[in-house]
Amino acid sequence: MSTAPRTWPILLLLGLASVPLVLMYIYLVIDTVTDAPPGSMVPDRVTVEHWRFLWQDIPGKANIWLVTLNTFVFATATSAIVLAVSSTAGYALSRLNLPFRRFFLAGALILHAFPTITLIVAIFLILQMVGLYNTLIGVILVKASLELPLGIWIMKGFYDTVPWEIEMAGIQDGADRFTVWRRLVLPQVKPGLLALGVFSFLAGWSEFILPQVLAPDNRVQVLSVYLAALIADDQSFDFNLFKSIGLFYVIPVIVLYLIFQDKLMNIYGGRSKG
Amino acid sequence: MRILLEGFTKRFGDVTVIEDMNLEIRDGEMLALLGPSGCGKSTTLFAICGIHGVDGGRILFGDEDVTRTPPQARNVSVVFQSYALYPHMTVFKNISFPLEIKHDDKAQIRAKVKEVAHLMHIEPLLDRLPAHLSGGQQQRVALARALVRRPSVLLLDEPLANLDARLRLEMRAEIRRLQLETGITAVLVTHDQVEAMSMSDRIAIMDSGVIHQIASPKDMYDNPVNAFVAGFLGNPPIAFLEGEVSDGRFTTPTRSVAITLPAAMTGLCAGRRIQIGVRPEFVTADPKGEVEAEVAFVETQGRENLYDLKLADGGVLRSIQPARDDIRVGDRLRWRIATEQVMVFDDQGLRL
Repeated sequence: MSTAPRTWPILLLLGLASVPLVLMYIYLVIDTVTDAPPGSMVPDRVTVEHWRFLWQDIPGKANIWLVTLNTFVFATATSAIVLAVSSTAGYALSRLNLPFRRFFLAGALILHAFPTITLIVAIFLILQMVGLYNTLIGVILVKASLELPLGIWIMKGFYDTVPWEIEMAGIQDGADRFTVWRRLVLPQVKPGLLALGVFSFLAGWSEFILPQVLAPDNRVQVLSVYLAALIADDQSFDFNLFKSIGLFYVIPVIVLYLIFQDKLMNIYGGRSKG
Repeated sequence: MRILLEGFTKRFGDVTVIEDMNLEIRDGEMLALLGPSGCGKSTTLFAICGIHGVDGGRILFGDEDVTRTPPQARNVSVVFQSYALYPHMTVFKNISFPLEIKHDDKAQIRAKVKEVAHLMHIEPLLDRLPAHLSGGQQQRVALARALVRRPSVLLLDEPLANLDARLRLEMRAEIRRLQLETGITAVLVTHDQVEAMSMSDRIAIMDSGVIHQIASPKDMYDNPVNAFVAGFLGNPPIAFLEGEVSDGRFTTPTRSVAITLPAAMTGLCAGRRIQIGVRPEFVTADPKGEVEAEVAFVETQGRENLYDLKLADGGVLRSIQPARDDIRVGDRLRWRIATEQVMVFDDQGLRL
């Protein structure tokens, strides 16, 4: 990396300020595979004991693979619903001459800004009434609908950048409106779909409060709830185990970011490249 | 295919853009819709292809009323100003798209695309993406896509506006060649009178949603119906002088300039307010000429020079003549006007 000569003091300062953060990350990793004598920071032996949750159940807790599968299903389904609805609703709001179009647009923004937590009691009651309390489907539907306003808004922004002429040309070439959308317009907003898909997957993966309140049962537990329950348990307190599961929980997130980091920046640029 | 617009009316919200327009486009001809931007020429084009609905009147293709026919069923192709190529598809896919929509069989599609690519000289480009083509190549692809399904009507919306000057010249001839070769009925929308005159069989000149005149380019140039048409055609443009009739001659209000009227116009009653239009090619430097003017500006065009001439009362004439370097800015000379070629308009701009 080449830097101008004047920037090194700033880099040094930033570097120093980051040291505690970096140290914490390093210890997060080190602690999962070592043990240290009480009162010491320096580990004295290497062990895989803290990763035992991978092959044996923690007493009183759900199976880790079941919980991981639940989390994966939860995040994927949320992402899929958000993608399916945003890609169509965003198009409608961007292109179609709908009644109450401005109302829907403003509504989507307000809903996005609305604090989720204030709705939780009402949602809890509704889910119980329709029998979706303590089910994955229930919490997926809730999470997806709370993610939707932002998704619709972002997709509308992407559709707005697609030239009208492309659609007119498609119509003129004999395609119906749906074919034009699917074959000509959708490919132009692919960067938006990709970014939105990854973002809503991550939002689902890291969601805690909704599953905690709406689906706390062991059968449908997700990783965030599993972790919270682990640390709340005073009986068998194991900090290194908690760190190991935490690392296990965060690995997919890091991998996704590594793969998609360039693409994710698109969502802020909001442009499709022609 | 003959196209007929009958009483065509189009509104956007409360604004009536075009009211009760009648226009016939003959089978196999290239008609130019010419006018300044915002005059409604593109609106007319989009009504013909069906992208815009119609608020009144009828549109006929041949004898068939297509006013309510959706654009997909009209068999009209459009070439857009921006070309509107599909950026994620190769040139081949772009051209074959209209055929794939019709579910033609693969071999037939390949053959048709090859044929039209050959016609447009773009065979080497078929595997490229539109982003990797130059403006002229994109234009050719857009034309190929428009022609591949053999439309009964071809609409061109400012097709040359995004090209550089040289390419524009080349594509002008190219589009005309294609239109003549295929014998397709075509409508060209443009604000450039040179394009309209050089490419079309007839020109319909429009302003503010009204067609002023429909005629062949030469007819329109020689016999404009009003001052707007006269002013729009011709480069360098015609020069107008305002004044009145006096003694069978035209005089400016200060009487400092007097120009003999054409023989057919000598009957105008004295004192009538008129304006005259003089095309630059009918003004030449001549010591025995009837008007004196100062050269205000000289524009060298290579083969010809264009002179802006300032008359004693401030009026401006223009003269274009073979390049010569003995006339300079600031010279006061006498100029002869070919008076039989002077066009006379009334004070409303109508040709007399």
